[in-house]
Amino acid sequence: MEIEKFILAAITTNPKKVPCGVAVFHCDDKEEMEKITTNLEAILDGIAHSLTDELYVIVKH
Amino acid sequence: MSEYTYPILFGVVVGTATRIYMLRTDYRQYPTYLHGKIIHVALGFIAAGLGTVAIPSILEEEFTAITFLTLAASQFRDVRNMERNTLNELDNYELVPRGKTYIEGIAIAFESRNYLVIFTSFLSTLGYLLFNIWGGLIAAVIAIFISTKLMSGGRLGDIVEVEYFEPRFDGPGLYVDNIYIMNIGLPERKKEVLSYGMGFILKPKNFNARTTIANLGQRQAILHDVSNALGVHRDSGTPALVPLAKRDLDDGRVGVFILPQENDIEKAMKIIEKVPTLENAIRMPKERERKLEER
Repeated sequence: MEIEKFILAAITTNPKKVPCGVAVFHCDDKEEMEKITTNLEAILDGIAHSLTDELYVIVKH
Repeated sequence: MSEYTYPILFGVVVGTATRIYMLRTDYRQYPTYLHGKIIHVALGFIAAGLGTVAIPSILEEEFTAITFLTLAASQFRDVRNMERNTLNELDNYELVPRGKTYIEGIAIAFESRNYLVIFTSFLSTLGYLLFNIWGGLIAAVIAIFISTKLMSGGRLGDIVEVEYFEPRFDGPGLYVDNIYIMNIGLPERKKEVLSYGMGFILKPKNFNARTTIANLGQRQAILHDVSNALGVHRDSGTPALVPLAKRDLDDGRVGVFILPQENDIEKAMKIIEKVPTLENAIRMPKERERKLEER
């Protein structure tokens, strides 16, 4: 079976909440988090999903 | 010249004309290119020839000659393969792909239209030989009429009601009415989605329709047709901007989310109603029930 969805990166303002085994970008505030997410979304060709207000993931579909 | 020259010519001309008539380029934009058309007109000509000469061979009692019709079958099955392969290759480069079910439907149509040509030529030559050229013409008109009836399938508007709903966000979740479409995280994307996006709810008119529109191929066909006709606000590298159709598991309604370049609700609804119901997607669970009751 092929894996169709994959978390490419996680972006967070709360380091306690991030998963292991994935590239994590720590940010100081929400604004920085959104900026980095926008860039990563474009670079990685993935979709930015928000899990909570302080945690975004980029997922390849 | 034998007595059959004119009837055969007549049959071939009528058959080829039928093929040209059925080879309409419409919003599906296929086949648009000249060479694609030439291939199909040429094959239609061959089909017309096959259908036509069947009648003289019967009249001359050359029954073994009829077996060449089997040749036609394998010949036109290749047409289906050819169309399927071409469209599958092209589908990889569509912003909103057609989907395999739609492609299979198109390929089947191409094959079956050649058989309709055989049928038309067969009938018109028969009419000509049994009566006269007028008999042939009447037979041709009837055959073309039957072919037109057979070639046009159902439309989505026959089985569902389409209703417009503005897409909305509940947290990061994008909804059309109460149907969840997808999760979009970035506020920037959300704004984009809300300004360009349109939502429609397809409400099935009966239980059969419910299963038909649940088919993933049918849903992809809707998205493709709408995106084709109204344009699509999307590019490679923007996977978040993707038209999607999701289903309400409770009552079988389908929520369609599209990102057209032209934001015209009336037009979009008309287009959705005109989407063909794909032969391969049609399910009739009700038929079974009825048959069981009759037993």
